Amino acid sequence: MQAIKPFLRSLNQGYAPYILTLLHVAVGTTLVYLNPRSTFAFLLYLSSVGSLYAFKTSKPFKLITALVVALVIMPVLGVRNIFYLEIVFQISVFAALALGLNIVVGFAGLLDLGYVAFYAVGAYMWAFFGSQQFYAIFYAPGTQPANLPFLLPGDFFYLFIFIGIIAAALAGITLGLPVLRLRGDYLAIVTLGFGEVIRVLANNLDKPWNITNGPQGITPIQRPSMPGFVVDAFNSVFGGLIGKTVKDTDLYNVFFYLLALFFIVLIVIVAQRLEDSKIGRAWTAIREDETAAIAMGIPLVKMKLLAFASGASFAGAMGVLFAASRTFVSPESFSFMQSIGVLSMVILGGLGSIPGVILGAATVVVLNLQILQGLSLYLSQLRQSDAVIPLINFAWRDLSTQLDPAKYQRLLFGLILILMMIFRQEGLLPAERRARELHED
Amino acid sequence: MQKRLFSLLAALMVASMLLAACGAPAAPATDAPAAEAPATGDKTIKIATQSPLSGDASVIGVDIKRGAELALEQLGGNLTGMGFKLEIAPFDDQANPDAGVANAKNIVADPAILCVVGHYNSGVQIPSSEEYHNAGLANVSPANTNPKVTTRGYGEVNRLVGRDDVQGVVGADFAKEKAVKSVFIVHDKTAYGQGIAEFFKQQAEKNGMEVLGFEGTEEKANFDALLTPLISANPDMLYFGGLYPQASVLFKQAREKGFMGLLMGPDGMDSSDLVGIGGASLLDGSGLYYSTVSGPASVYAGTAKFVEDFKAKFGSDPQPFAAQAYDSAAICLAAIEQAAKDNGNNTPTREAVAKAIRALKDFPGITGTYTFNSIGDVTLAKYFIIQVKSADPAKWSENAVVQTLDIAPPAP
Amino acid sequence: MDSFLKRINIKEILRPIWQTLVFSFGSALVLSLVVLALALILDQTVVGQTFLAKYKMPLLTYTLSNLPQVLIDGLTIGFVYAAIALGYTMVYGVLEFINFAHSEIFAVGAFIGVELLTTLAIAKVIPTESLFMSYLWLIVAIIAGMIGAGALAITVERIAYRPLRGAPRLVPLISAIGVSFFLQDVIRFVESLTTGQFNRTFPTFGNFDTRVVMGQMSIGTANVNLGFPIKSAIVVIAALIMLVVLNYLVNATKVGKAIRAVAQDRKTASLMGIDVNRIISLTFLIGGALGGAAGVLYALKFTRIDPFVGFFPGMKAFTAAVMGGIGNLTGALLGGIVLGMLETFAGTFMSAFTMGAAGTEYKDIFAFAILILVLVFRPQGLMGENVGQKA
Repeated sequence: MQAIKPFLRSLNQGYAPYILTLLHVAVGTTLVYLNPRSTFAFLLYLSSVGSLYAFKTSKPFKLITALVVALVIMPVLGVRNIFYLEIVFQISVFAALALGLNIVVGFAGLLDLGYVAFYAVGAYMWAFFGSQQFYAIFYAPGTQPANLPFLLPGDFFYLFIFIGIIAAALAGITLGLPVLRLRGDYLAIVTLGFGEVIRVLANNLDKPWNITNGPQGITPIQRPSMPGFVVDAFNSVFGGLIGKTVKDTDLYNVFFYLLALFFIVLIVIVAQRLEDSKIGRAWTAIREDETAAIAMGIPLVKMKLLAFASGASFAGAMGVLFAASRTFVSPESFSFMQSIGVLSMVILGGLGSIPGVILGAATVVVLNLQILQGLSLYLSQLRQSDAVIPLINFAWRDLSTQLDPAKYQRLLFGLILILMMIFRQEGLLPAERRARELHED
Repeated sequence: MQKRLFSLLAALMVASMLLAACGAPAAPATDAPAAEAPATGDKTIKIATQSPLSGDASVIGVDIKRGAELALEQLGGNLTGMGFKLEIAPFDDQANPDAGVANAKNIVADPAILCVVGHYNSGVQIPSSEEYHNAGLANVSPANTNPKVTTRGYGEVNRLVGRDDVQGVVGADFAKEKAVKSVFIVHDKTAYGQGIAEFFKQQAEKNGMEVLGFEGTEEKANFDALLTPLISANPDMLYFGGLYPQASVLFKQAREKGFMGLLMGPDGMDSSDLVGIGGASLLDGSGLYYSTVSGPASVYAGTAKFVEDFKAKFGSDPQPFAAQAYDSAAICLAAIEQAAKDNGNNTPTREAVAKAIRALKDFPGITGTYTFNSIGDVTLAKYFIIQVKSADPAKWSENAVVQTLDIAPPAP
Repeated sequence: MDSFLKRINIKEILRPIWQTLVFSFGSALVLSLVVLALALILDQTVVGQTFLAKYKMPLLTYTLSNLPQVLIDGLTIGFVYAAIALGYTMVYGVLEFINFAHSEIFAVGAFIGVELLTTLAIAKVIPTESLFMSYLWLIVAIIAGMIGAGALAITVERIAYRPLRGAPRLVPLISAIGVSFFLQDVIRFVESLTTGQFNRTFPTFGNFDTRVVMGQMSIGTANVNLGFPIKSAIVVIAALIMLVVLNYLVNATKVGKAIRAVAQDRKTASLMGIDVNRIISLTFLIGGALGGAAGVLYALKFTRIDPFVGFFPGMKAFTAAVMGGIGNLTGALLGGIVLGMLETFAGTFMSAFTMGAAGTEYKDIFAFAILILVLVFRPQGLMGENVGQKA
């Protein structure tokens, strides 16, 4: 190990990091292009973002490479296999959610177990106004005729992103005002309760007036219009590389991915600015010692409310985006399980660390959607074959289906939370301040 | 910190590039060469299933997968004879629309998958099938009864089971024949249960019955608060829109509190566990009935054999919709076979398979004879009213068919 | 013998029973009066007229005649919550830590009890002719559940909580949430290994399902049997026994003194020669065992259990514990009773009072709403004394 270290360090000096980063991107891209369904190739491509982050290269280089990777290569590869686009879309959405939660939990130290409630507020906001639901308000769920008119045209979507932000922030303040005086663990339980209340309301506000359409969910929800010339332009530029004509339904996937990416950039900028500002320092003070913070003259409730509201507003925006991209919302998407999922992303990556949280979101989404499902599929293939496990001579087909990894999502979240708490409380990519506190060397 | 992380990353990268040099086949996922048109050399055909394999509903979801698996094993002979390799690709939709859609995109991206059997929850099927529709991939649903599944008019989406808006009506009409004057309706606040309950209520009111209560509940254990108003309202009948795990406990507690009226529910009641959990008291008073879209073994000879084979292979009784999943997979296989023959024994396109499903005439399944109409509903779905005859779970198959109705779905 | 009797403090044994009686009657009276007043007012409005037209009786009559049954039901479910809440409150009292995994420890207890009884049923040991044997087997199942759940609670503490002692408050809480999710899937995995199914049913034996009829009443056209099944009485009695024994253990024995000392000041207690780790393990053992017993009782009362069965009862029991004043044993009981009654009242009368606009479906969030209200207006709970945050 000692002998390797200087060699590794030499890799991060001079031109070497530039070459290595480009090589990583190039190899990843080529492999995914040649094997559009290989999980391994895709993960290699995805990890090039990590390379870009970790190697010592100049800022303009990083920026340009990142733009090419995210805005040019990914859409092309994604249209060839829309599952990958879905994965990066979900990574982006959950990363944005996790970044929002990070403000509440990581910066201000308020454990929020009902974070998806704000996501639900945003989603139902657009779902109600961007669908036929307004005209179905006097029909029992399921009995409305199919040919009702839409309330608003799809392009109102952009406006509703802002309305979603405001509505979620208001919801955050409404909840925050009474409960923010509570201490940490009580606050956690109250927010859990609030999350459940919002889900139950979404499930039950189908009478006396049918606002949410109850468990049936609202569908179809409008998307912003996609002009024909955009589709044509995309086809004429990338058509050759993709090898087929792209339809507007495919392009919607690209559109929502790019929009989610835009929000991540926005949230990262806002979060960074907040962290380095007076407000951010106030949050840190509150997180570390409330009593001392009050003594220093920090307006406790105001600062906590600010954290709550800004965290909530990001979730609201993502909710609107989610409703439009799915064209369907139902209460099932906003369960306690989802809140815990987002929390485990924040914990895994590192409380308070922006790159860490993004890494956490990427890891959990990839694990959940690709690795666990992929392993299950692989096991199921083995089970249908005549293969045996070597050495113990156990036929794969006799293996119980109860062992399918895809079934153990809760176990995965649970393990992440327990192990991170016991062994690495600062997360995979710790925030600098946290790391200094925990490892003073 | 930064340094340690960097060296870790660098080491990882070097290792992964080495691996990449050795070739991607080391990857666990299947590597199909091109995105769209299936390659000529590779003759693997996959049928995907999507159902909840984890969480609350996985009891039924797992058996949907198993039913399809059994069909592939028993009925795949013709296709393997033509030189194809058949595989099942099970996906876990977690009863969650997000997971369902993500899986659907994964399914769509695999050119070897020609047909999807699924889902269990209408709430998951509806958004997921948008993806199947975009890709022209055929979907046969074994369990989704929500009208919206087919009323969108997609050429790829078909279902074997009847619709909520018919089954609710069938139940209410039966109640009328039983001279029921008043009814208390409870549902489980799911898309399925509430859907049926709403249509039952509409028809019951049309039939001149008095609806003394209409309540939804997610409660699974303690129904006291719901039953007190029910007992004092004294209805002739208690209708539950939902599934047997809840129904059995609700019915049991209703009988304990002295309710002696008629108990009834939709096809979600169809499990021996209903009396296994609920006990003998369920059959007291005016008895226990359910409406269903899949008749008991006595109606279809094939079902008995299916139950036997299923037990032999998986060691437990099939849950509701396992037999429909078997039939769904069988329909997929028949259509793929037809489309392959039309394509000169080559792998057919997805569009051809979707068309072939709609072209099937009187397909003999184990749960019924199937022909699909222009939107994918079964042209003449059979509905049964069944009376539970014995409190012994082992005698569930001896339940009596009280009524058999052939009803066409509402005009598309 | 005489000296033994002298050592037993009769007053300490009887105190919680008296308190329970007072609380039950008190909360029943207050809630009944509130509901009757509401009915009286609503009867004069359009709500009352609509009700009269539909059910052929005034709303007040309806409310009055349903009250006794609602009180009985509310009390029973209240005792179920109380039994679970004791475990939360026990751990919180000593460690100031919300044992989020308590709901899964409760579920494990339920599964162990039910599995044992199912095995006995397969072996044809139950159902037996003799009533005595039926009760004996039930007690055996409860004890088995207690042992299993207690052992699990100690293990969880040892692995997932002890390394985090002294860390910031939220750290062990997050770990506990992790344990809760982890255990749900482990239960499911273990239970489904053999048959592929993870739901279990409490076998039918003994006379637990028999209904004790206290009288008949006619409400409108209906003849209502006022009463309760024997199993409800078993739940109430068992919960009372648990409370009495626990109360005695904590307040009148030497071990109890040690537990209280650790709760008050861990460092000083350790200086006094108390093995803090052992006492904390003991606390988890007691809390877990109480949870296990509650689990088996829950399965007895509601017949069907699944790996996710703990979540809602757990949340409500926690609400009950907070409402009564977390850390306070009698408070847990009081909280359970009040919450159970409130919930049953709301579930029963909400539909009639709102003309069907909002019914029992809101029952579950009623508990959460109460939790938020209590925490905002009286965070120390109904019975708790005001304690500041421990450093």
